[in-house]
Amino acid sequence: MADLTRADIDEILKLVDSSDFDELKLEMGDLKLELRRRGAAPVAPPASARAPAAKAPEAVAAPVVASGGGSEIPAPLLGTFWHAPRPGADPFVKPGDVVQADTVIGIIEVMKLMNSVEAGIAGTVIEITAPNGELVEHGQCLIRIQPA
Amino acid sequence: MASIRRIFIANRGEIAVRIIRTARALGIETVLGVSAADADSLGAKLATRAVVLGPAPSKDSYLRVGTVIEAAKGTGCDAVHPGYGFLSENRELAQACADEGLIFIGPSPDNLTAVGDKLTARSHAVAAQVPVVPGGTVETLDDATALAEEVGFPLLIKAVSGGGGKGMKRVDDAKSLPAQLDMAMAEAEAAFGDPRVYLERFVTVGRHVEVQILSDGDTVLHAGERDCSVQRRYQKVVEEAPAPNLPDALRQGLLDAAVRYATHIGYRSLGTVEFLVDVERSEFYFLEMNARVQVEHPVTEAITGLDLIALQIAIAEGNPLPMTQDDIHLSGHAVECRLNAEDIARDFMPSPGRVTQAWFPALPGLRVDTHMQPGAMIPPYYDSMVAKLITWGPSRDEAIARMLTALDVCVLEGITTNAPLHRAILSDPAFCKGGVDTTYLGGLLPKLGENA
Repeated sequence: MADLTRADIDEILKLVDSSDFDELKLEMGDLKLELRRRGAAPVAPPASARAPAAKAPEAVAAPVVASGGGSEIPAPLLGTFWHAPRPGADPFVKPGDVVQADTVIGIIEVMKLMNSVEAGIAGTVIEITAPNGELVEHGQCLIRIQPA
Repeated sequence: MASIRRIFIANRGEIAVRIIRTARALGIETVLGVSAADADSLGAKLATRAVVLGPAPSKDSYLRVGTVIEAAKGTGCDAVHPGYGFLSENRELAQACADEGLIFIGPSPDNLTAVGDKLTARSHAVAAQVPVVPGGTVETLDDATALAEEVGFPLLIKAVSGGGGKGMKRVDDAKSLPAQLDMAMAEAEAAFGDPRVYLERFVTVGRHVEVQILSDGDTVLHAGERDCSVQRRYQKVVEEAPAPNLPDALRQGLLDAAVRYATHIGYRSLGTVEFLVDVERSEFYFLEMNARVQVEHPVTEAITGLDLIALQIAIAEGNPLPMTQDDIHLSGHAVECRLNAEDIARDFMPSPGRVTQAWFPALPGLRVDTHMQPGAMIPPYYDSMVAKLITWGPSRDEAIARMLTALDVCVLEGITTNAPLHRAILSDPAFCKGGVDTTYLGGLLPKLGENA
């Protein structure tokens, strides 16, 4: 299998730009390519049956995030996911942060009860997958961590 | 009056699919809250959207009031349908819905309190002049002798503070009353530190007959009765409507009493008033009121042509009932068989597993409420009911004949079901005659063993 060239990626970006899709995931052998339109909400994992209607295309270049995947940290319970301890405060973690297994990565609120969520593994935060202040299902990916 | 646009279904299995069916017909969106074990279930696929509430055990998913409310709000629902079982008669859920501005598709929290515990429900029955099982508390032999005369024999002596059968005695005649009473009071004193006992009529031949109630809060209607006497360990197995061979006066008495009870407590929603029919005395007694849709509601739908879920939703929206009692016509007869994933040859052992084939063709008069399809997984965490077969016929005999055909034709493979039990019941002369009592199935089971 031939590797992707820069030209190939440019070609794919053009295709994505001219489409209604916000996100593209491509896997070829060991290679994983993820493209997401800037400002687009990450799509929830398969458990949620229907994806919301695609947003209108925006004329911005999609960032290229080539990654090795990392470990998905799932929501231990259903509720509202908060990135920060209170509105306006700094988020618990952001991409690039090094975390330990017991590092708090966010809060899940259920009926005004705040449940802190720990990373569970040590590593480097790759991405905050679940949006702030929105409902996450039990088992939904919250963030992805590159294990140390 | 509020128009419901999106219902959160806090249930699973066939009833989730049943609710989705009506919601689709009404143009209402559905969000199904599932456990992780049910994420690939038919209901999850058919709902507009499904969200995972939590892991498989019910206490961590289906029984979590806060999680259900959070999920309903987070998915933009304006109403919650609790189905049956799980949180369906949970006052906390009804109250939380009210507090959070969600429409609870069921009765009010006050209604749920009124029917919630047996003693309160019984005192409402007495106040509504609905007959209850005759009985009362006694402290002396004189009390007991006087009361026994009223109640009649056989009767039961139960410890007031009791439970679990401790201090419970059956008394068959007046002459054994003193000795049995002494013993019961001594046992009650020893077991519970309270010698007071309760005398209650013992119904030797009883039928379970229940009345379907529809109420918008102003108008209380009934949609006929159902007979659910074919039970195993208090679990209904076969139900039918109308109740066969029930004297007209008794039937009318039941229907009127059910309406009176619902009216008395100001009930508003779909509900069912359950009675024990004392066959030997031609009397009936109030058992309880179920403040939800029942598993066996399709037999009523089959003989009335009503969509009870649609009416339940309309009432929850605040609409008045679109009919009067005279508009509800009963036609023909309907029977329902609960198909369970259990092995009757191994003492009804549950048999969870993966369904390899599921085929329920549209035979004349057959309705199937199920969440089964090829590849469906029956998880071991919940009850074992996998499908309800409902047949309608112009007569009871024809409804039964159609059920026997359905049992032969329909295919559900990969798991063991109780279909052979249903064949045996529906072919049994005593059942076919109509009007069996609640001890019937217990007596039939040993005979099945002999034939096998």
